[in-house]
Amino acid sequence: MARKPKLAVWKFASCDGCQLSLLDCEDELLAIGEAVEIANFAEVSRAVVRGPYDISLVEGSITTPHDAERIHGVRRASKVLITIGACATAGGIQALRNFQDVKEFISIVYARPEYIRTLATSTAIADHVPVDFELRGCPINKRQLLEVLLAYLHGRRPLIHRHSVCMECKLRGTVCIMVSRRVPCLGPITHAGCGAICPLYQRGCYGCFGPNESPNVSSLSDAWLSAGAAPAEVVRVLQTFNAAAHPFADGAAALATRRVNATEQGA
Amino acid sequence: MVSPNSKVILERDRLQTILDAIRAQGFRILGPTVRDEAIIYDDISRVEDLPIGWTDEQGAGRYRLCKRSDQAVFGFIGGAHSSKQFLFLPREMIWKVVREGKGFRFVDTQRDSAPLAFFGVRSCDLHAISIQDKVFMPVDPGYRARREKALIVAVQCGLAGKTCFCASMGTGPRATGDFDLALTEILEKQRHYFVVEIGTQRGAEIMEHVSHQAAAASDLEKAEAATRRALSQMGRTMEASDVKDLLYRNYEHPQWDDVARRCLTCANCTLVCPTCFCSSLEDATDLSGDQSERRRQWDSCFNLEHSYLHGGNIRSSPKARYRQWMTHKLATWQDQFGTSGCVGCGRCITWCPVGIDITAEVRAIRESEKRHGND
Repeated sequence: MARKPKLAVWKFASCDGCQLSLLDCEDELLAIGEAVEIANFAEVSRAVVRGPYDISLVEGSITTPHDAERIHGVRRASKVLITIGACATAGGIQALRNFQDVKEFISIVYARPEYIRTLATSTAIADHVPVDFELRGCPINKRQLLEVLLAYLHGRRPLIHRHSVCMECKLRGTVCIMVSRRVPCLGPITHAGCGAICPLYQRGCYGCFGPNESPNVSSLSDAWLSAGAAPAEVVRVLQTFNAAAHPFADGAAALATRRVNATEQGA
Repeated sequence: MVSPNSKVILERDRLQTILDAIRAQGFRILGPTVRDEAIIYDDISRVEDLPIGWTDEQGAGRYRLCKRSDQAVFGFIGGAHSSKQFLFLPREMIWKVVREGKGFRFVDTQRDSAPLAFFGVRSCDLHAISIQDKVFMPVDPGYRARREKALIVAVQCGLAGKTCFCASMGTGPRATGDFDLALTEILEKQRHYFVVEIGTQRGAEIMEHVSHQAAAASDLEKAEAATRRALSQMGRTMEASDVKDLLYRNYEHPQWDDVARRCLTCANCTLVCPTCFCSSLEDATDLSGDQSERRRQWDSCFNLEHSYLHGGNIRSSPKARYRQWMTHKLATWQDQFGTSGCVGCGRCITWCPVGIDITAEVRAIRESEKRHGND
């Protein structure tokens, strides 16, 4: 029998939620175990099989000098490196530090700031090493994780769409809440994958999956503003799980400028 | 006796009998109903399922469900849904294949489902169905099976919304064919009834089971008046006669840059459009690799993947994608299928989150030509 492909799961700065999605694949878990050798997965077992690995799933962002070094080792040991979740693909919620003074935080939060060795930014894995596939979401969708694994195991392209969440609302027949109820929604600029859960429950999309393939943040911001949202509110929704993803970060920066201009005009 | 092309009267309090008669013939009835603060299309069986006493106010990027002051059954324009989602399914399995030894076997995935009855179809949507027929009937056995069995009960519009422009596109407001039955609602202080036009033998057979009366000339005049009222309320217009040449002359017009600044490329317009027919095919495998499925799902020319060819994307800019959509809808569609792809239902205007208006975009190009000449 042919050797089973070796699967490794790596954690960087993250909450573990995305890698646990693999364990959430309850019905398929045994079949996954049949298809691959789980060689490194701390949430499952202390037993570690030595590399190299056929597929590495990398969760989390790079926030420390140590991790900035460690990711290169993971890359060297991995034939295929797939990043999973908003932290690994966009820096995660911890990338809010990118817009602030980290030294100041440390001096306020920690009794002995000199023990803390951290970077000024939280960055995506792809900012450090070449990545074969980025799976988005906060957290990722387990069906999508399974699909990506299947695709790499069978040597085909993963069926992961990069279009808007609006597509998912329409495919399931959900009425657009932005049009019908004036609920502010990030769906039109957000990457699909969740199945459009929030709009189904009359909540606007929070943008957990980050920017879609061609987001027009400025036009959607204008729509929010004309629906009565304050610029600060729009900045806040853009600065969540995918704050450092470029289109969201640029959109928030543009709004902040607009806010400053408005204040100056007011004064 | 009723026969095709005749007109009869159905009292409002007998409306249930028409639903019962349709159901008795084994149809699954799909009609307008209120859900999630909007009028959608879904399974209905009782008159009470219909949006009685409800209406909808629509504008560019705006839809509101509102109470009417009366108990009109069809006193609304219509939501994002249309019969499209039941004929050209959002997701459909095309085939499934299972590995058997060294070979494989195809599994039949065509399910024999109940025939569909569309209740309350407006004239614009009737035209949309016949436009999609041209696309799918020759090539799509699933669509063809659903469409050939489908029963259509149209409703003649007695009002029009702010985003309606069927009159400009020659698709309404009065449905003149392609239905089995068509109802015109007449709501007066003393009497609430429907003028029923019988379009086909099948429609006549249903009316055999429904208690009705002969229609007087005055009833038919009232039905005509309802159409005139809808015509007078038409919220938008588009000069359609020469729009094909207009767009062909203006591929490089600066208006495309202007609309691209507003366009979210979210695909909402294409998905609510009752004629847009783009889809993508996907092949999926299971974990063992012993089973594979080919699935089709709605796609859109606003999605980058849709225009990805080997080595790159042929419409990477939002400008190119919006231009492709509008030019196809209004111009190249005519060369391809012999009709416009637009029926003037206004859904793309209402359901665009930023309220982009296809009639305004055409007008902007047309008027700049008038100002600057077209050379």
